[in-house]
Amino acid sequence: MSDVIDRPALEKEATAATRLRIVDCDIHPSLHSRADLNHFLPKRWQEHMKTYGDHLRTPYIGTTPYPRSSPLICRRDAWPPTGGPPGSDLAFMRQQHLDPLDVEFGILQVLDLFIFSQQNLEFGAAIQRAINEWQLAFWSHRDPRLKASILVSQDNTEAALAEIDRCAKTGEYIQVNISPRANEPLGRRRYWPIYERAEALGLPLGIHVGGYGGHAPTGGGWPSYYCEEHQSNAHTMAAQLASLVIEGVLERFPKLKIVFIEGGFGWIASAMWRMDRHFERFRSEVPHLKRKPSEYVKEHFWFTTQPIDEPDEARHLRQLIEWVGIDRLLFSSDYPHWDFDDPRFAFKTPLTDAERKKIFSTNARAVYKI
Amino acid sequence: MAATRIDCDIHPAVGGTRTTLLPYLDDHWKEQVVSRAIDGLDLTSYPPNMPLSGRPDWRPQAGKPGSDLKMVQRGAFEQLGASHAICNVLYGAQAVYDPYMASAFCKAINDWIAAEWLSQDERLRASIVVPMQAPDLAVEEIERRASDNRFVSILVLAQGETLLGRRHFWPVYQAAEKHKLPLAIHAGSAYRFAPSSIGWPSHRYEYYFVEAQAFQAQILSLVYEGVFGKFPNLKVVLMESGVTWLPAFMWRANKTWRGVRVEVPWVEREPASIIRDHIRVTMQPFDGPPDATGVADVIDQIGSDRMFLFASDYPHWQFDGDDAIPPHLPQSIVSRMCVDNPLETFPRLKLN
Repeated sequence: MSDVIDRPALEKEATAATRLRIVDCDIHPSLHSRADLNHFLPKRWQEHMKTYGDHLRTPYIGTTPYPRSSPLICRRDAWPPTGGPPGSDLAFMRQQHLDPLDVEFGILQVLDLFIFSQQNLEFGAAIQRAINEWQLAFWSHRDPRLKASILVSQDNTEAALAEIDRCAKTGEYIQVNISPRANEPLGRRRYWPIYERAEALGLPLGIHVGGYGGHAPTGGGWPSYYCEEHQSNAHTMAAQLASLVIEGVLERFPKLKIVFIEGGFGWIASAMWRMDRHFERFRSEVPHLKRKPSEYVKEHFWFTTQPIDEPDEARHLRQLIEWVGIDRLLFSSDYPHWDFDDPRFAFKTPLTDAERKKIFSTNARAVYKI
Repeated sequence: MAATRIDCDIHPAVGGTRTTLLPYLDDHWKEQVVSRAIDGLDLTSYPPNMPLSGRPDWRPQAGKPGSDLKMVQRGAFEQLGASHAICNVLYGAQAVYDPYMASAFCKAINDWIAAEWLSQDERLRASIVVPMQAPDLAVEEIERRASDNRFVSILVLAQGETLLGRRHFWPVYQAAEKHKLPLAIHAGSAYRFAPSSIGWPSHRYEYYFVEAQAFQAQILSLVYEGVFGKFPNLKVVLMESGVTWLPAFMWRANKTWRGVRVEVPWVEREPASIIRDHIRVTMQPFDGPPDATGVADVIDQIGSDRMFLFASDYPHWQFDGDDAIPPHLPQSIVSRMCVDNPLETFPRLKLN
C-alpha cells in the first residue's frame, strides 16, 4: 500500500488562514538587461563587457553547452507581462511567488553573469561588486523580505576578501556565496582565507550549484545530454562535501556554517555512510581529522531541499529526511526555474507541524540570523 | 564440497610488465618494454602499500597483495568460503595512451591470467581486460578470447577516456551481448579527467569517495545514450562502487527524466526500471548505515533483490574477519546474491 499524502489535505492546508509563513532559501532574481548594472559598473568595465564579454570555460558565448528544456531554464508561466526575463520584475515576483506562498523571507541567489567563473579576474571583481550593489538597490531595498548574498569570485582571494569586508560593513547581506565549480576543490587551502573571514563575520558560506570550473561535469568525462549534466549537480555537491570535510576545513574553522544550495538532500545519507566507512582505512592519510566525517556534516552543514526527491513510496522520503536530520534542511523553491518546488506540494510525505516549522522557517532563521 | 558461493570480484596482481607479462608479449613489445623500461603500470587509484589495497593478513612477504596464487586460494576460497571467484586484473593497461601498446598489454594480461591462474585452479574465472582506448581493438580482443568460457565478463574502468554510453563504444557492447559477457565496470581511473567535477583532490580518501559519483555518471550515460534499448540483453556490473547511493540516485534520475525526457525520446521507461533490469552491483564495499533497520530500509528502497552480487574485493581491505557479507543484510538477499544473481548475471558461469 502506498501512503502518499492525499491531495485534498494539501489543498486544505494551502488555503488555511493560519498557514505557515515560509523562508525560501533559493530565489533567482535576474537583470532586466545588462544595462541595469551600468550604474554600478565603472565605464572601463562597461566597455569591456560590451567588447569582450564573458570569458568562461565553455564553448558558446550565447548559451549553455547543454541546452535546457525551456528558455533560460525557466517556468513558462514566469515571464513577466511587462517584458524582460523571468525573475527580473519585482512586482510580478511578488504577485506570482512571494505573496501567494506567504514568503516571509526570500534569499537571493544571483546566477547572472557567472560571477564565480570569469577567467578575467579583474572583470570578475568589477562585476561581483556591481551585482552585490544591484541586489540591494533593485531588490532588498525595494522589498525587505528579500535578502542579499555577498557573491565573490573564490579564485581571486584578495578581491574576494575586500568585497566581503565592504559588503559586511553595510550589515545587509546574510551570507557569502562561492561556487562549487571552482578552479580547485573547495577544501584546498587557497580558499581558507575566505572561510576565515566568513567565520569571523558570522556569515554562513552559501554554495549554489552551477558555474564553469573547467573540469568535466563527471569523473568519467563530458556527458552528451542535459539530463546527465543536471544530475551531475548532486555529484558535484557530494564531492565538495567530502573535500571540505576531509581537508579539515571544519577543524580549522570550528564556527563555520556552510549551506549547500540546490544540491537536494537525497544523496547525503549515503555520502556520510561512505565517508565514515572508509575513514578507518584512510585515517593515517588524514590525521588532522579528529572526528568521524559525519559528525562534521551534522554540525556544520545545512542543505536546501530543492530539487526534492520523489520516491514512489512516501515512507522512503521520510527515511531520507530522518537520516539527514530535520534540523539540517532548509526549504527552497528555486523560483522561477523549471524544476521549482512548490512549498505546498513538494514534501510528499507526512510531516508534523513542528517539523514543517523547522524545515520551512526556523532552521533558516537560525542559520541566517533573520 | 562447499556450497556454491560465487565471489564476483577478486584481484590477482601483475608484478610488472618486464617480469610477469614478458612471456606473454609478442617480440616487438618484448623488445620495447625492455629497451624503453616500460613498467610500473600499477594504477594511481591503488598504490599497493595503501591500507585499502591489501588487508594486512592478505599481504605476501614479498610482492604485491594478490600476487601469490596460493595465498589467494587460501584467502578467497578457504577463509572466505567462496566456491568460485572472478579475477579482475587492475594492472594499468586500460590507462595507456598508445592504443597499440594498450592492446598488447591487455592481450598479455588475459593470456597470463588464463595460463597462470585459470589453468591452475578450476574454481577461478576472469574478466577480459580490453583496450577501450581503441574500441575496434577491444572488439578484437573479445573475439580472440570469447571461445574460452572461463572468461565471463569484460572489464573496464569507471573513469576512462569518455563516458561509456557514447556511440563509439557500441561495437564493444554488440560483441559483449553476442557472447553473453556482461560489462564489468570497476573502480579505477585512467586519469584523463579530474576524478570529479570539482577538480583534483589532495587525498586518496577523497578520490576513493568520489568514485561512487563516477559510477553514477556511467549509469546515466549508458541509460540516456540508449545502450540498453540497442542491446536489450546487455548487463552491466558495477564493481567496488558502493551500493547505498542507489535509491536516491534512482529517484533523482526518475525525476529528471520526467522533466526533460523530450531530450532523449528513445528512453521509453523510467531510468530506475532500466537500472533494476540491467545494472548489478558487487557488495563490497556496501557503505551501509550502522544499524540493521537502516540496512533493511536501504534494501527496501532499492526495490530489487536481483541486483546484488556477492564479492569480497580480495585482497582489498574492505572488512575484517572471515565474513565478506556486509552486516545486517536480510537473509533473502544473502542467498540470492551468492548464487542465483551471479549465475543470472554471468551466464557463462553455467557453461563449466
